[in-house]
Formats: sequence, C-alpha cells, structure tokens
Amino acid sequence: MRDQGHSNNHHNHRGFQAGVQDYSAAGRYYYDPDYQPQPTDVLAAFRVTPQDGVPWEEAAAAVAAESSSGTWTTVWSDLLTDQARYAGRTYRIEAVPGREDQFFAYIAYPLDLFEEGSMANLMSSVVGNVFGFKALKALRLEDIHIPPVLLKTYQGPPHGIQVERDRLNKYGRPLLGGTMKPKLGLSAKNYGRVVYEALRGGLDFTKDDENITSQPFMRWYDRFRFVMDAVKKAEAETGERKGHFLNVTAGDMEEMYRRAEAAKELEAPVIMVDYLTVGFTAFTSLSKWCRDNGVFLHAHRAMHAVIDRQRNHGIHWRVLAKWCRIVGADHLHNGTVVGKLEGDRASTMGVADLLRKDFVERDMSRGIFFDQPWVSMPGIFPVASGGIHVWHMPELVHIYGDDAILQFGGGTLGHPWGNTAGATANRVALEAVIKARNEGRDLLREGTDILMNAAKHSPELKLALETWKDIRFEFQTVDALDTAALEAEAK
Amino acid sequence: MYTETFSYLPPMTRPEIEKQVQYILDHHWIPGIEYTPELDPYNSFWHMWKLPFFDATQVADVMKELDACQKANPDSFIKLTGYDNKRQGQVLSFVVHKPRIQAK
Repeated sequence: MRDQGHSNNHHNHRGFQAGVQDYSAAGRYYYDPDYQPQPTDVLAAFRVTPQDGVPWEEAAAAVAAESSSGTWTTVWSDLLTDQARYAGRTYRIEAVPGREDQFFAYIAYPLDLFEEGSMANLMSSVVGNVFGFKALKALRLEDIHIPPVLLKTYQGPPHGIQVERDRLNKYGRPLLGGTMKPKLGLSAKNYGRVVYEALRGGLDFTKDDENITSQPFMRWYDRFRFVMDAVKKAEAETGERKGHFLNVTAGDMEEMYRRAEAAKELEAPVIMVDYLTVGFTAFTSLSKWCRDNGVFLHAHRAMHAVIDRQRNHGIHWRVLAKWCRIVGADHLHNGTVVGKLEGDRASTMGVADLLRKDFVERDMSRGIFFDQPWVSMPGIFPVASGGIHVWHMPELVHIYGDDAILQFGGGTLGHPWGNTAGATANRVALEAVIKARNEGRDLLREGTDILMNAAKHSPELKLALETWKDIRFEFQTVDALDTAALEAEAK
Repeated sequence: MYTETFSYLPPMTRPEIEKQVQYILDHHWIPGIEYTPELDPYNSFWHMWKLPFFDATQVADVMKELDACQKANPDSFIKLTGYDNKRQGQVLSFVVHKPRIQAK
C-alpha cells in the first residue's frame, strides 16, 4: 500500500492546487475498490442514503474521508503528510436489497488513526462529524470490526462469565433476576423489603431500575444499606449467593466512585451503570475500578433506542454492544426476542454471540458484516428483560442457553401471592426446563408439558401459569433485518 | 436451605441422576464429585472425592463413585460436577445427596 501511495503523491509535484475536488477523485484514496483490507485495519460497514443525484461512489468516498483524514476542500498542508497512510478507504459498495436509495459502504481505516484504549477517540472518528454530512440524507453504522492489535489495548469485561459463576457458585443454568418495581417512589426500607422477598423466593439477583439514582424519596446510601441487609438476610436463609445491581450512575465521576466504594464496603458483589447515558469514558473508568475491586458490573442500555432504533440512521445495537464488551461490563441488556421490547430474533442472537463467543464469523443472515476475533477477551452475560413470564421459559432457555441472565420484573412481582411466590415460580420453571433439556427433551415442542408437570409440586408455579396464560406481545419489529437477502443472493 | 441448581425441584431419582451424568459425558465434560459437611454459600472449595474422573466413559463409572462417596460421607452434602477444560470451569453442578437429618 505504501508504495502505491508514494507513486500517487507524484500527482502533486506541481504543488498545491486550491479548490474543491471530488472525494472519489483518483489519487485521494477515499474510494478504492481495489484496496485489500489489511489485518490491522479497523473495518466499518455503513448504510448510506445519499441525497438525490449524488453518485454512490462519491457519497461512499465522502463518508470515508469525513470519518478519517479528509475535509470538504483541499488544503495546502495535505502535502506535508503521507495521505496514503491516514486515509479511510471505501473498498466495497453493495446495494441494500429492496432499497434503491440505499447502499452499504465498507470502509477500511488504518490503525494509526486510533489511540490505544480510548473508545471516545474511536467513536469521535468513526461516528463523529460524518453523521451530519449534508450530501447524505441518512447514515447508519451497521457493524464494525476491531482488529486484534487494537482490541488488545482494552481489557474488556472486568471479570467475565466464568469468574462470576465461580464466585457465586451458580452453574449449568441461566441466572435469574428481577427489576424492582415501582421504578420510582419507594422509600429505602420498602425497597429493601421488595428485594428481600424476591431473593428469598429464589432469584439470584434483583436490580435497580435505570433511573433510580439518589432522588429525594430514597437517597442512595439509604437504599444501599437496606438492600444489602436484604441480600445478606436472603443468603443466610436460603444458603445461596445473592446480589442486587446497585445503580451507581451519578452526575460526575467522583460521585460514581464514592457510591461504588460504599457498595464495596457493604460487600455488594455487583454494581450497575447506565453505560450510554454516563458516556463511554466514565463507563471505562468504572469498568477498571470494578476489575481492581472485585465487583461485577451490570450495564443497562438506557438511551440505546435513540441511537439504534431507526433502520436508516444511527448506530446498530450490535455495534453499541461490541463497544460495551470491549470497554467492559459483566452483564449487558440485549432484548428478549419474546417479550415486550424491540428485537429481531436473528439479529438479537447474533449480538448474544458477539457478547459471549471468542470468535464470531461474518453472517449476513444475522446482520454480522465482519468476522470478529475476540482474542480471549472474557464474555458478557446477555440480559433478557422486559415483559417476560414463566410461559416464556422454555423458549428463552432454548434461545439463550445457559449463559444469560433472565430478568422477570413484572413476571415476579405481579404474582397474585407476591414476589416471594413469583420468584419461586420462576425458579422452579427454570430448573424444570433445564433438567428436561439435559434429559434430551425438545423444549419448544414439549414446553407446556414440562411446565405443567413441574407445577404439580409447586403451587406457586401453578398459579403463575394460570395468571399469565394469555399474555403475548406481538408487534412488528421496526428495525427488521434486511441483510438476510444479501446472504441468500450470495448462495 | 437450598443448594443452587435443581434444589427447587423434588430430589432426583436414581434414573434421573443418571440422565444428568449422561448429559455431562455426551458433552465430553469431565465428571467429578465434591462433598462438604457444612453448607456455606461463600465456600468455593468443597472436598474433592478422588480426582475428577478424566477417563469415565460410562454412567455406571460415575454412579459407582457417587455411591462410594455417599457411603463414606453420609452426613455430608455431595454434589456432582461437570467440568469443561476448554472453558476452564464447571458447567454443571448440583447436589445429589443431603445429610440424613437435613434431607427434606
């Protein structure tokens, strides 16, 4: 590549020529269909919707330029550097199936554009100014490949799935959680009561909601103390390890550290952060604190839908999720496929693999544009949460397998006998399903039978099955995958 | 008191335990047996009953060891474990025997 670059520089031997050149002009590198991506390049796939009349090559080159070294006009100081070394290159263009106004642009960025260990820098480059670029109607980052040389400048999840299982002695099944409700307005003691009842009934974890921080009705330290009383008491009574995701999200980093330190002093095994609203730099700092202090980190994705929901503009969830693994949380919310929240099943499960596996290969039927080696970075527990209840258990286990956290908020607290019974119902259902799966039974076909049989020795489960027998959430997904057609075409 | 996975179900019958052993063997995980006289959720290290059974291929091999462990430690909690050495961790673990006085 370098050689090609030097020869192209000879075009400039007559000196600086002011003016506006096409981004895709020969010698500007930004559009180069012959380019072979290097193993050290960061690769990005964008969905581009150009303004009417803008040729695809030009729009694609503009995206590469504006997200790397270029600007709208030529500048004399371009000639002081080696443009070939710092230019992002669109090396491939692909039509979006069924959309005449959109295409996918594959862009390769040289490693030298990025600072080691700085997600803020990576984001400012790849999804910085370019999203407001006038020649485009809309732009969406669909996927990103981080090469191992750059990935290794991050440490990822503070502890990872296996360490958490080993510390908490929970094997061979998904972990069970529940968000405490009402979300806002409980006093600290009442809140601790709700936690205690759910944990002693059989949940592994309970959880603060994303917008609970330290409001006047319940200041953070009061909540932390009552919650940890509840956790300790439930552990003593059940003989099992328990935890509550204490949300340390706060207005500044110093305050987050104060709350995290207090949680650790109270022997909380896990804390929680809203990783998008606090920002990636604060999230990175907190992740490092968790690794150093032996505390697990639960990441809530509040605000993600602002960024990822529209199909033609923003950043796809799989990218936000990859960035979360790179910077590092131990749990991350990832939709349920079966509950009340948005999520296309193939796409959601593609993301679950990106969170858990050590190598994920390109698979357009799941919207995965690039191979991604994780080079031994620990995995994250995906959290399935939102509108799920006992009837969903066989399908959830079938879809997610063991390495997930299944969170039943309303599905625990909404039990007619209260949350202890609700928790027990979920725990019995989960264990019955796991036992049946291990025995070789088909969870999708025999799910009802497995649950009904388990209910014979669990009145709590029997009533839960009765209560939620008709609840389904079936709306069409807004962000449906349209990459599957590309996969089909290729075959 | 509960003992994690499967402890919210009725105690397993012998054929049911055998099916879980088969599940471990089918995945080429390494079966093992651990026991402890006292239940403490913060205890990461129960006593090992012999070494993990690296060479076990038959359910009966494992059941024989479970019986022997139970006979030698009737007043202990005894658990069956499945260990995955690629992942470097247990992937299944559940208590198959409780002390006589505490058994439900």
